[in-house]
Amino acid sequence: MRIKLEKRAEPSRLMLVVTPIVSVIATMLVGILVFDALGIDGVRAVVDIFLTPLLASYKWQDVAMKAAPLIIIALGLSVGNRANVWNIGAEGQYIIGALAAAGVGIAAGGAGGGIIMLAMVLAGMVGGTAWAAVPAVLKTRFAVNEILSSLMLTYVALQVLGYLVGGPWKDPNGKNFPATAPLLPEQSLPILFPGTTVHLGVAVAIVLPFIFWLVMSRSIFGYQIRVVGAAPHAARHGGFDANQTIWLSMLIGGGMAGLAGALEFAGALKTINLGFPSGYGFTAIIVSFLGRLHPIGCLIAGIVLAVTYVGGQVAQTTVHIPNATAGIFQALMLFFILASDILVRYRVRIVSGTAQAVRGQ
Amino acid sequence: MRPTHLGPIYRGLQLDAKVNARLSLFGITKRFPGVLANDNVSFEVKPGAIHALLGENGAGKSTLVKMIYGIMQPDGGEIRWNGERMTVSNPKAARKLGIGMVFQHFSLFEALTVLENIALGMDAKIPARDLENRIRQVMTQYGLMLDPHRIVSTLSVGERQRIEIVRALLLNPKLLIMDEPTSVLTPQEVEQLFVVLRKLAAEGCSILYISHKLHEIKALCETATILRGGKLVDTCDPRTETSRSMAEKMIGGGLKDIKKVDGRTFGAERLVVRGLNVPKDGHFGVALKDISFSVRAGEIFGIAGVAGNGQNPLLLALSGEEIVAEGSAIAVDGEAMGQLAAKKRRLKGMASVPEERNGHAAVPDFTLAENTVLTARDRLGMVNGGLINEGKARTYAGEVIAAFAVKAQGPRSLAGSLSGGNLQKFIMGREILQKPSVLVVSQPTWGVDAGAAAAIHQSLVDLAAAGSAIVVISQDLDELLSLSDTLAVINEGRLSRPMAVKDADIEQIGLLMGGIHGDPTAEVGHLSEELAHAHQA
Repeated sequence: MRIKLEKRAEPSRLMLVVTPIVSVIATMLVGILVFDALGIDGVRAVVDIFLTPLLASYKWQDVAMKAAPLIIIALGLSVGNRANVWNIGAEGQYIIGALAAAGVGIAAGGAGGGIIMLAMVLAGMVGGTAWAAVPAVLKTRFAVNEILSSLMLTYVALQVLGYLVGGPWKDPNGKNFPATAPLLPEQSLPILFPGTTVHLGVAVAIVLPFIFWLVMSRSIFGYQIRVVGAAPHAARHGGFDANQTIWLSMLIGGGMAGLAGALEFAGALKTINLGFPSGYGFTAIIVSFLGRLHPIGCLIAGIVLAVTYVGGQVAQTTVHIPNATAGIFQALMLFFILASDILVRYRVRIVSGTAQAVRGQ
Repeated sequence: MRPTHLGPIYRGLQLDAKVNARLSLFGITKRFPGVLANDNVSFEVKPGAIHALLGENGAGKSTLVKMIYGIMQPDGGEIRWNGERMTVSNPKAARKLGIGMVFQHFSLFEALTVLENIALGMDAKIPARDLENRIRQVMTQYGLMLDPHRIVSTLSVGERQRIEIVRALLLNPKLLIMDEPTSVLTPQEVEQLFVVLRKLAAEGCSILYISHKLHEIKALCETATILRGGKLVDTCDPRTETSRSMAEKMIGGGLKDIKKVDGRTFGAERLVVRGLNVPKDGHFGVALKDISFSVRAGEIFGIAGVAGNGQNPLLLALSGEEIVAEGSAIAVDGEAMGQLAAKKRRLKGMASVPEERNGHAAVPDFTLAENTVLTARDRLGMVNGGLINEGKARTYAGEVIAAFAVKAQGPRSLAGSLSGGNLQKFIMGREILQKPSVLVVSQPTWGVDAGAAAAIHQSLVDLAAAGSAIVVISQDLDELLSLSDTLAVINEGRLSRPMAVKDADIEQIGLLMGGIHGDPTAEVGHLSEELAHAHQA
């Protein structure tokens, strides 16, 4: 008896939408089993991680704050992933974006207001774009794999951050802790709802998916990205430049990550210390795939992943499991979505009869 | 062991109607998702017979032989081998029974020698020296000339096929399956192959010969089983049939001839290629050397040649997918095109259709409307301010579907859901309705059913009649002889002097196709009478 994967004539469109939901549910079920086996109340852990953040209204602002950078970064990564350009270095671009925004804030001295804030956010985008331009040059000029170069640049970005916050940008009043001085209120992004921490960046994260949706589905640029990803030879035949596509999708990925970094700095954290990088750039890769590389999918998947972050903190206090549990759930989710992708495209057939030679009768 | 000494006895037995068939198929049925590839097919192959399996692309020939060779298992029916019911569970089991197969696409390592390639494909491990002796023995026995120590990348396609044949013969097959063996050979190489096959058959080896080339089947086979849409439609003796009668059984209807206006005259030169050089791409690529030709308005220019002699680089250089160093090497209506990219060439009226439909000429996962955007967006103004005008794309796709009788549900059908012939008609229509001044097409009817092929040929003739210059690159010599006005042969990246098709000599074309690669020891002095006749028929 053998198990065989057989290609389906046409993958079901419905399944493409259903499988991410199934993946999330499967993650919950496996989570329950695993935690029960470890002697922890599995149902309670899963409820706290996946449902409490949604049911308790006082957790919503946390979810929104976590979801915003994930969504923004994932939108940019989805463009590249659609064109088979694999930017794994969003975390580094996110860091450089935040540093660039901080640099503009510091350079502006005590000045604040809309213009300065805009300049900070734009600087963040430029910083992230510049960081992503390095793998783009290496890829288009020297055929260096962008997965490696973009990932390695993340560690370079970490060193740059360590140098700046521990050296030239260190807060003189910070008791010698390696961190920038707290951002002035007039340089911080406005709060959308008084009494909460929900800042302008959250609004950006809700609006951007719809702009990306329009661009990807209606514009010739979106067409170019899709055709390069679906059939690179056809793209060449249609007169689309492969290198130009690599450049554009890398730069958009970097720009979005830089934007997320700048918004996180100027809206949420208001200081950069060694703990600033929190893995959003890596988690956004899961968001991008869980969202089927679709902008609206990224919006929903970003919220789901943010829920697991917030829920991980809840479970820490209720069932006393480490915060890293959230990471396990996120990884499980990615595995399930990748595995279900196989089942959407192939059917499993059990073939009877062993590989014996010739059978006569 | 091959019972060579039994050859005459086998031949004698073949005349006896009661003799056990070597291979019998009873009610073979194979179903794929959405298609019935073989529907209750039954026939038998006698010992020592050369048996043709005839049918259009998609008729189910390949599926059928894959089941005989153990690559797939039938869903219903039975296979009998020498009268005994068998389950051939995999190719290794098939080879053990004595079934050999030579595939249309070879599986050879270019960087290795002939000997190494054969050794890699053997089920049993044989010391290199013994294997070499056996290879030499088989080669001498069947007149298959080939140095076992040559590197495969230096061999012509015909020579590569010989490796596959030797590989199959080393196993002393009782049945040899040949899948479209001549599609990549020159006429002379075809003739040499036939000599080998006849010799094998005379020694008692049955041959199942898959092809859609009727003149070859008439020249070679004594029985033909014709498949259409997965069903067996007829078993006949090709020697008593005409090519036309077999073709009509194959397609299940009357054949249409290409309508060409007599006494056509050509206008001014529209496409001029002068001294086109393209360096080779990669270690095993082919460089284009000093290619020159010109095509006038209303003229169809055919480029014949065996696959892999520079056809792909030539198409890429003409379409603009590769930029040419010398801008003036390619000119349309006097304007240099060589330095322009594909997008700009299209705007100037130079269109192209590459050989591969899925993933090169069209995107299978996109709708037909989206596929029109790929090449028609600039000429037909489908993009305004960076946004695609989807209405325009859908309308144009609808026009193409209607004008070229494409069987599709509509502009929103996925390109990948169309059959090969219908997608090819759509792609040709997409270019032709843009009224290009120059159209370059490669293998326009490759893997396309006869009905669609006739429609595509007619549309090319009509486009030429409207004043366009057309280049057709094809490996199908029959297609070029019936379609083009002028013909040249490409070999090793060089293009021969063009000749008018009406005075073309098939023997000379064959020699040009073989080029310096042709085997000097082989008899190339003359083609056999029957083959030459069949070509003219």
